[in-house]
Amino acid sequence: MPVLVIAEHDNKSLKPATLHAVAAATELSKAGAGDIHILVAGQDCRPAADAAAKVAGAAKVLIADDAAYGHGLAENVAPLVIGLAPQYSHLLAPATTQGKNLMPRVAALLDVMQISDISGVVSQDTFVRPIYAGNALATVQSKDGVKVITVRSTAFPPVEGEGGGAAIEPASGPGSAGLSEFVKAELSKSERPELTAARVIISGGRGMQSGDNFHLLEAVADKLGAAVGASRAAVDAGFVPNDYQVGQTGKIVAPELYIAVGISGAIQHLAGMKDSKVIVAINKDEEAPIFQIADYGLIGDLFKVLPELDAELAKRQQ
Amino acid sequence: MKALVAVKRVVDYNVKVRVKADHTGVETANVKMSMNPFDEIAVEEALRLREAGTVEEVIAVSCGIQQCQETIRTALAMGADRGVLVQTDVELQPLAVAKLLKAVIQKESPEIVIIGKQAIDDDCNQTGQMLAALLGWPQATFASKVAIGSGDAEVTREVDGGLETIKLKLPMVVTTDLRLNEPRYASLPNIMKAKKKPIDVVSPDDLGVNVSPRLITLKVEEPAKRQGGVKVGSVEELVTKLKTEARVI
Repeated sequence: MPVLVIAEHDNKSLKPATLHAVAAATELSKAGAGDIHILVAGQDCRPAADAAAKVAGAAKVLIADDAAYGHGLAENVAPLVIGLAPQYSHLLAPATTQGKNLMPRVAALLDVMQISDISGVVSQDTFVRPIYAGNALATVQSKDGVKVITVRSTAFPPVEGEGGGAAIEPASGPGSAGLSEFVKAELSKSERPELTAARVIISGGRGMQSGDNFHLLEAVADKLGAAVGASRAAVDAGFVPNDYQVGQTGKIVAPELYIAVGISGAIQHLAGMKDSKVIVAINKDEEAPIFQIADYGLIGDLFKVLPELDAELAKRQQ
Repeated sequence: MKALVAVKRVVDYNVKVRVKADHTGVETANVKMSMNPFDEIAVEEALRLREAGTVEEVIAVSCGIQQCQETIRTALAMGADRGVLVQTDVELQPLAVAKLLKAVIQKESPEIVIIGKQAIDDDCNQTGQMLAALLGWPQATFASKVAIGSGDAEVTREVDGGLETIKLKLPMVVTTDLRLNEPRYASLPNIMKAKKKPIDVVSPDDLGVNVSPRLITLKVEEPAKRQGGVKVGSVEELVTKLKTEARVI
């Protein structure tokens, strides 16, 4: 039986998280599962479906274009997925806020246990997933008929978004369930890369002391083409918006380079970034736990170090 | 209207968990247990709704072993009115908990159910959404603001790109995110008072729910340890090492 990946998109284009979920689906196919299909449910979402058709490894794209699906309300999208489910062995979505909102609703309606946030595929019914903020890895086996899965993006390198040539077919569901409606979105606008797709991330913690001081991080970020993140403490203190948060219950990231500035390194923060390739810690407290996992530690006052770093990078770029 | 909150007993968030030598799970014997932090936020939100006059009664429910009574007592000490313990020694997974909560909700008829978005032990992030599905109710997950109207509610949610506001019909399920509120501490007089508040104890059988686990844990292992690296003495040295040694910039 084929595998269905529920695409994350903004109607116009696919979000990178989709390519990571398709990578997990590709591993399932290699383990004996069938073709990979991608569901694009949205409103005026043909461009996103066209993008999905180009994804490497996709055999078919299903497009469900309906005003009810425009904002991805779980109450409306879940019945659409339930209608498609009997044709599939596995239903996958990235473990984004969108996927986490939708998939347990689907699983419960199918009377199956979801397998959350998988970081490895062992076989068609056995998966690895982090528990306790990534301090333990559980290998779990599902005996349910259909496997409902969310995928940890950082654990599966993305498939190519170009080169495929899947056919696009229409799909439809019951439409609006009449339980909920979208009111508004206040999305952070930034010219910098998205946290979950960035090659380099520089994050600030409580040590930044205020939101205004984040301009020091942003200057360095722009030299490195980096995204800017934050610890929970910095978000709770109101320095930066919630979507900056890296950690167990925020965003999980694994860039090539992660620079932690004024972040002590609570286990909840480490859970969100410890799979980064190279970690740099800048902190004035020599005893900060972040230094135990950092490849390069610099003990110093961030208000002195960050301008120096900015100047040093500028000098070398000349 | 009534509000129902679900509270889970978990390993305290400050404890550094250790994987058991036989790889069957993590060590929970002689480890400090607490209420799941997101559930504390759920209790606080329900109490604020009661204090605002929106809600008349707050019921705290927990599912699991007998010691979950302590977690319910914590909710009662914060101010919840009464508790329900669905007691079982079976390892409960989110689908089973959602079914148990559904059964309790059908008896209690709350109009708003508030649950933590995620338990910090299994990190599943499922129960609230599953419960809403089983009840046929709308769900407002990852809430950072809840405004109850007459017959409906507007909830602001923390999503990957920022914030999103949705409107839902009551009854509904809300799952809490970190910025919804700051939970209060229980005062000593309230802790004493909580000892006299009633807790009903029922079993999954009483509720007619099969709680057999659907996922089998084959093994639990420690992740690869990350080794600490070196300290650098200056910004110049750091940039040089990132360029020539790590080759990441």
